[in-house]
Amino acid sequence: MLLNQFLVLGAALFAMGVYGLLVRRNIVLILLSVELMLNAVNINLVAFESVLVSSEAIGHVFAIFVITVAAAEVGIGLAIVLLIFRNRKSANVDDLSLMRW
Amino acid sequence: MTFGDWIAEPVNWTFAVIALAVLASGFRVVTAKNVVHAALFLVGALGGTAALFLLMSAEFVAWVLVLVYIGAVIVLFLFGIMITRAPTNIDEGLDSDQKALPALLAVAVFGLTAWAALDGFGLTLLSTTGEAIPTEVVGESLLGRFVIPFEVVSFVLLAALIGGITIARRDLSPAEEEERAAV
Repeated sequence: MLLNQFLVLGAALFAMGVYGLLVRRNIVLILLSVELMLNAVNINLVAFESVLVSSEAIGHVFAIFVITVAAAEVGIGLAIVLLIFRNRKSANVDDLSLMRW
Repeated sequence: MTFGDWIAEPVNWTFAVIALAVLASGFRVVTAKNVVHAALFLVGALGGTAALFLLMSAEFVAWVLVLVYIGAVIVLFLFGIMITRAPTNIDEGLDSDQKALPALLAVAVFGLTAWAALDGFGLTLLSTTGEAIPTEVVGESLLGRFVIPFEVVSFVLLAALIGGITIARRDLSPAEEEERAAV
């Protein structure tokens, strides 16, 4: 297997995440797009580990750290979404214009 | 190496099938008109990614991905969708009207990163095909060289836990608090 087939797949997933992040208006869907981008990064980390085989499996350790931080991010993100929804009765980012000039 | 040589290896067409599934699910995640469907397509994309990790002999990371993402994060997302009472049927208002510029930017991001990867790594082959990297190695690395980041990450999770409870908890109004104190 070539390294590049994984890198190009990661790039495609990341680009999809960028598109979703910019186009979606529902906050939960924006968080979903962020997960897609983090997932693309994990593919790259594991692919590089498979090429530069290190005695300490550093790429895998980094991927595990990314997964952990992503889990924390989703927890906090959804708590914030919950609070916004409770206060403004909407999960649409276009409605959150209070601090927009 | 021609495309014919590449596709002749069983591991490569396995990759091609899984990669197509991942890309299709990923595309549906960002285009689905139904919020619940988008979350469920993310399950497909993540499951495919876990399969790719198994192809790259990263067994531990693959199962961590299945357990943490598909097991916990997606459930949290579905919970978030239900609690914000997002329309669970087809909704045209989920996306912004300006789609051309984001699409252009996404294509540019893909083109640039893919070009950089193809230019930089050419026909570099993976060197671990076949034998799995033992979980023992990952564990020793986590509790050896990376023990301080490991502890920091555990602290991040604790902070997220406490923060999540604090943010999402409904604060009682002064009147309600007095009522509670009276009882």
